Amino acid sequence: MLITVTVNGTERTDEVEPRLLLVQYLRDVLGLTGTHIGCDTSSCGACTVLVDGEAAKSCTILAVQVDGGTVRTIEDLAGPDGALDVVQEGFRQEHGLQCGYCTPGMVMASTALLAETPHPTDDEIREALEGNLCRCTGYTSIVASVRWAAEHADGRSPGAGSADGPAS
Amino acid sequence: MSVLGTRVVRKEDPRLLRGEARYVADLDETDDPRLVGLAHVVFVRSTVAHATIAELDVAEALEAPGVIGVYTHADLDLEAPPVMGGMLGPDVVRPFLADGRVRYVGEPVAVVVAESVAEGVDAAELVFVDYDLLEPVIGVEAAVDADTLLFPAHGSNVVSGFGAEAPDDLFDGCDVVVRHRIVNQRLAPAPIEPRGCVAVWGGDDGVELTFWTSTQTAHGVRSTLADRFGLEHDAVRVIAPDVGGGFGGKMHLYPDELITAWVARRVGRPARWIETRSESMLGIHHGRDQVHELAIGGTRDGRVLAYHLEVLQDAGAYPDIGAFLPYFTRLMAQGTYDIARVSCRTRSVVTTTTPTAAYRGAGRPEAAAAIERAMDLFAAAVDLDPVKVRRRNLIPADAFPYTTQTGATYDCGNYPRALALAVEAAGYDDLRDEQARRRAAGDPVAMGIGVACYVEITAGPGAGEKEFARLTIDPDGSATVFTGSSAHGQGHATAWSMIVHDLTGIPMDRVEVVHGDTAKVEAGVGTYGSRSLQVGGSALHRATSHLVARGVEVAAKLLDVDEAEVALDTETGTFSAESVSGEAVGWDEVVRLSGEPFTEAHEFVTETPTYPFGAHIAVVEVDTETGQARLVRLVAVDDAGRILNPLIVEGQRHGGIAQGVAQALVEEVRYDADGNPQTANLADYGLISTMELPAAELVPMETPTPVNPLGAKGIGESGTIGATPAVQNAVVDAVAHLGVRHLDLPCTAERVWHALELARAEAG
Repeated sequence: MLITVTVNGTERTDEVEPRLLLVQYLRDVLGLTGTHIGCDTSSCGACTVLVDGEAAKSCTILAVQVDGGTVRTIEDLAGPDGALDVVQEGFRQEHGLQCGYCTPGMVMASTALLAETPHPTDDEIREALEGNLCRCTGYTSIVASVRWAAEHADGRSPGAGSADGPAS
Repeated sequence: MSVLGTRVVRKEDPRLLRGEARYVADLDETDDPRLVGLAHVVFVRSTVAHATIAELDVAEALEAPGVIGVYTHADLDLEAPPVMGGMLGPDVVRPFLADGRVRYVGEPVAVVVAESVAEGVDAAELVFVDYDLLEPVIGVEAAVDADTLLFPAHGSNVVSGFGAEAPDDLFDGCDVVVRHRIVNQRLAPAPIEPRGCVAVWGGDDGVELTFWTSTQTAHGVRSTLADRFGLEHDAVRVIAPDVGGGFGGKMHLYPDELITAWVARRVGRPARWIETRSESMLGIHHGRDQVHELAIGGTRDGRVLAYHLEVLQDAGAYPDIGAFLPYFTRLMAQGTYDIARVSCRTRSVVTTTTPTAAYRGAGRPEAAAAIERAMDLFAAAVDLDPVKVRRRNLIPADAFPYTTQTGATYDCGNYPRALALAVEAAGYDDLRDEQARRRAAGDPVAMGIGVACYVEITAGPGAGEKEFARLTIDPDGSATVFTGSSAHGQGHATAWSMIVHDLTGIPMDRVEVVHGDTAKVEAGVGTYGSRSLQVGGSALHRATSHLVARGVEVAAKLLDVDEAEVALDTETGTFSAESVSGEAVGWDEVVRLSGEPFTEAHEFVTETPTYPFGAHIAVVEVDTETGQARLVRLVAVDDAGRILNPLIVEGQRHGGIAQGVAQALVEEVRYDADGNPQTANLADYGLISTMELPAAELVPMETPTPVNPLGAKGIGESGTIGATPAVQNAVVDAVAHLGVRHLDLPCTAERVWHALELARAEAG
């Protein structure tokens, strides 16, 4: 089946199998390996991306379901010179990552949260990230990272470091 | 000012944050041109716990679309070595693919190689296996006396043990003796990245096999692969690319990984295996899984005189490291207490379950959980406050080095101070007052306060723990570290750069850290057991110091002064001498003019282990109507010696505490009576999430150890050792006034509710 999707600001048209998951499309067809797979029950959130601006676990969606839509992945956040956006920088400043495997999903879920709730409470951050599992950090530093990003957003929308701007 | 001890953000973060990391599943021909045309490996695994294989037919699978090959044990030309180094005799082996018999659900039975993963999965469904069922062996107590033996040639399901039964007079002179059976449940390491590997045969420079794998120990995997294939070690190159967590679960080469390499050779193509989470929950060796019978005795005024710990360890189906981990449990049985008479006997048994091995803490959390439950049971029996009883029995601060009854010699510490700091930070007396008020008011949400003191062992169990480091400084003045310690989240690139900068003055961004590649790093052990900084960091410290000494020699010639007069400014990385003021030479000049490669290697060998320690206090609330326990506060004092980077240390503490709390409240690998796994994915195994964990309150404490140049002990596992008993004790404490004396791990709502029902019934 032929699908057209805007991924990280670029329109893509591909022939895909109907059973292909969005995460497989991103990783195997488009080579966007920043989105990770950590489970097979939609429990871990490592594959979280933005679909039409909202956080979604890309293992729960078929590629054909995003036909005509927009998808943003971790690769789209930093500026063209590689400069980290404010959410990524928050994770760095507050040590919100160790092994890095859950990190792209965490950052995308946090990006979605901050787009909707620019100044979340710690409880709101924890609730928003409940579906994203991290085995390294104990989450405390992740909550601090999101708080850092909220405090340093300076009116910029999270993810605005991208040359293409927010996709939604 | 030294950079050591300061909060430095990690230099490894930006590429991880940009999605540029390369984990095994991401590798393609851009990483190595030979990875074109990867074949995909899928395993057929046992669906039953214990059976002989009556028939195994791969004919239909071979005909399936995209299939390159299907192989079983009969096809293998690899010899499996005896388990436990031959302790059970030469015939007790763990076959790489099942050899006519399966002993746990998930054991590899056959392997399919296909053009795509999907085709491999489809074909694996077509492999026909007819099992003749045998009795499963489930539960350590049942396994000891079971008629069914996993290895009849060995003659028993008991495979190893340490220590002896309690002497008859152990509890002589005790006013009070308390005995209890407690369970330290089975856990899954569950790194968010499951296992995976890529194998390529043939290449340049005499390397026959190149093997990318998600591992904590690249050099160990290299040696094992070489031995299995009968190759020289140099003929195998192992590369750990980015590794998505390990926690002990990726410490050695597994059968399915070896088979991936074998298959690649057999089909003459590069091959990749990436395990699914459902495979991973059965495949990555589990941790913990001990049953304890403890006995503690002492005087009515709270002095503990004697303690015995009886340990039964579940080693799983094929005894591995897990069979030996009770050695650590026994070594650390006495904990932080000065007890005159201590004995501990351990026995490890095989059962028809996934093998057990190291998981964060590895034998020490079990020891801490036992002694800390014992102290609370004893405190309750003599009707004294648990903090008071602990204070009464802690090893005094002036008693170090202190040798325990089971043979550990604690290097240094101050246990009373650790407890005092935790008590103060928690506001312990106020908490007890609040608890009393709420109990008096009949609050249905009961408040509980739990205390745990702990000491653990890192870089042990004895002397002779090794790690390798090489430092090279190039003619442009930049430095490269080659470390045998293999990072997967611990921040080596940052910490190692800090050490080099501190000693040389070379800026951190001009220090490159290379690890996890056996072709680039000539020797190594790896990252596990909280050993990296104290062993690997010390190796780098020594190598760097040697190179600085050479730098001084060369600079003295350049400046035309005595060596003794040369000073290295570690802020700017320049050498100068007072008598030639105004002149200074940098590393670039020194290296260029030395006329030889500027490199030094050092293998650090420990003379003694280190013993990190601390005290944790947990506050919980338990809904007495539903049994649900909620952690409200966790105050942690963790002393791991001198701290190199507080940012990284705090990360390790929070992460360890999360896993410790998870053991206390949430996580448990369960099997039914037939040996069917009940927790084989992340929907059924409740990996702890943001909602079950408050932010732990970290209290600083730093007692440098004299046994290495950095003064550092290990911090990676402390949280799993201190937090679990603190939280468990808190949950028991919350419902103690309702008649509950003990709750096994994890303290789930179901378990607490049942205990409350039982207590209510007994109260009549």
